[in-house]
Amino acid sequence: MKSEAILEVKNLKTWFYTRRGIVKAVNGVDFALNRGECLCLVGESGCGKSVTALSLLRLFDSPPGKIVEGEILYRGIDLTKCSLAKLRQIRGKDIAMVFQNAQSALNPIFTIGDQITEQINTHLDLTHAQALEKACMLLDKMRIPEVDRALKQYPHQLSGGMKQRAMIAMSLSCDPCILIADEPTTAVDVTIRAQIMNILQELKQGREMSIIFITHDLSLVREIGDRAAVIYGGRVIEIAPVERIMNQPSHPYTRGLISCLPDISSEATRLPSIEGNTPNPIDMPTGCPFHPRCNKVMDICRSVLPEITNILDVHAVACHLYPGSGK
Amino acid sequence: MTAPAILKIENLKKYYYVTAGLIARKVGDIRAVDDISLQMNQGEVLGLVGESGCGKSTLGKAIIRLEEPTSGEIYFDGTDVIKMGKGELRKLRGKIQIVFQDPDSSLDPRMTVGDSIDEALIVHDIKDSGARIAKVAELLEKVGLEAGFAQRYPHEFSGGQRQRIGIARALAMDPKLVIADEPVSALDVSVQAQILNLMMDIKEKDGLAYLFISHDLSVVRYISDRVAVMYLGKIVELAEKSEFFNNPLHPYTEALLSAIASLRPAGKEKILLKGDVPSPLNPPSGCRFHTRCHRVMPVCSQKEPEFKETVPGHYTACHLY
Repeated sequence: MKSEAILEVKNLKTWFYTRRGIVKAVNGVDFALNRGECLCLVGESGCGKSVTALSLLRLFDSPPGKIVEGEILYRGIDLTKCSLAKLRQIRGKDIAMVFQNAQSALNPIFTIGDQITEQINTHLDLTHAQALEKACMLLDKMRIPEVDRALKQYPHQLSGGMKQRAMIAMSLSCDPCILIADEPTTAVDVTIRAQIMNILQELKQGREMSIIFITHDLSLVREIGDRAAVIYGGRVIEIAPVERIMNQPSHPYTRGLISCLPDISSEATRLPSIEGNTPNPIDMPTGCPFHPRCNKVMDICRSVLPEITNILDVHAVACHLYPGSGK
Repeated sequence: MTAPAILKIENLKKYYYVTAGLIARKVGDIRAVDDISLQMNQGEVLGLVGESGCGKSTLGKAIIRLEEPTSGEIYFDGTDVIKMGKGELRKLRGKIQIVFQDPDSSLDPRMTVGDSIDEALIVHDIKDSGARIAKVAELLEKVGLEAGFAQRYPHEFSGGQRQRIGIARALAMDPKLVIADEPVSALDVSVQAQILNLMMDIKEKDGLAYLFISHDLSVVRYISDRVAVMYLGKIVELAEKSEFFNNPLHPYTEALLSAIASLRPAGKEKILLKGDVPSPLNPPSGCRFHTRCHRVMPVCSQKEPEFKETVPGHYTACHLY
């Protein structure tokens, strides 16, 4: 499992300076993305998974947002410090992004064809005709029917599922090394979700591309992920191969999340749940951010933040239950 | 299945007219709910599943005439809902309550949650203010909140807590039927489970019936006694929960179940449906599902299948059976 990391995120902290206080949305995230793998970032709303993704390309609003600490290393370049011009070359070309809501990510006053060719022409040295041909091919690959017509259509003329596929086509237009997919199936129906997941799975198999797949839905992780990182309170609290995390979750939060999934095979009349609510990012609990909701809480959890520690070669957890997690 | 029927719907239709031009000429209609017949028993949880735009929310609203049905009959506890006057309708809406998906927009941000719950009691003519205050406190405690929270405003609560408040308000008039329209869709998984458990506890205690509207089959599976699937304004399958999940008959149901990894029957291939849901403005001829069906036959595009009992207690509308 020791393969080459294409992207390394080290102790990333993205804070938002608001009137009500400092929102520590991302508060020390560490992970490495290997070539060709699909890494899932899993967590509940407000845990910082989307801000982590946005931070990779510095796409959050600044101010109020700011990367206060940490490094994002991509091919020797630190994306947190490089110039905006350099970053602009990387955005869309090397690292592309698919957003949750295609409706708001697409420009309503340009046709799908215009938007895809614009991106191709920005980054690649192709004629307009070549770009158009490429756009055609991409849309076709996304199984959009009547590609020629779709190219001339505006976003509002497409259905939700088609828009989402058009956006994936756009993100692939410059053959990126890394695709960041931020909840790409949350806004679409189940049957459309199955179609989009199928496309992503094909992409994963067909290309030398790494995918960061952000979701709150563990069943999707099982479907597409190679490794999964569980995020809570702005930190990665557990990271391991998907099989391992599903079968032997170690952090009490991960265990809780997995047991919350309604299971087809069980006839249980009560769902296990995690008591309490996700923490307020302005006013994080001291110590381990999960301790107020944890069913295995110990004294040390209230005061000392557990460091993420390997319990196996491929499995790391940030929890005091596992020795070596304290500072 | 011997419990008496609490709600009976017969041939219910709700069409929205689409108009165009200056004189608002009628150019077509959207058949949001098209000829639906259903029966719900006392204390039963009926899960109503479907994709967005299939008419499941419209059906929920039409039952208490928040959306005036185009035609059809609705009986609640034996009385005809369609013929009710304003006063009777108001009384009915005490007995049938709706919990909405988004507690953010269904609670007034400028009212304390106590006032919001209290309002329901005032509307339904409970005059004694002392009794009302006691009732508000009781309701808040019933949904797992503190009585003292009555003084707070909605923005001070998390999404899960707000949904609890929505439920408390729905319970204010001791309803017999609660229509829950995607009550947990906006919530995180860990909180979802809390709310579902709460709804089950309340049901056990008060003997309520729920019409549980959702797009999420795994949630429906947990909470329902029977499950109905809607597609483009029609019910295509209806069965007892275990029968529904173990022996789905309609191809659409099969596809829905196979789309969810944890619900996919072992050893079965994932079924990928072609295309999108067609526009309800112009639904396909014959069986409405035939354009996307993986088991389509020539007859499907010509004749509309009848909704009939295929296995005892298991209804479906498909030419395969």
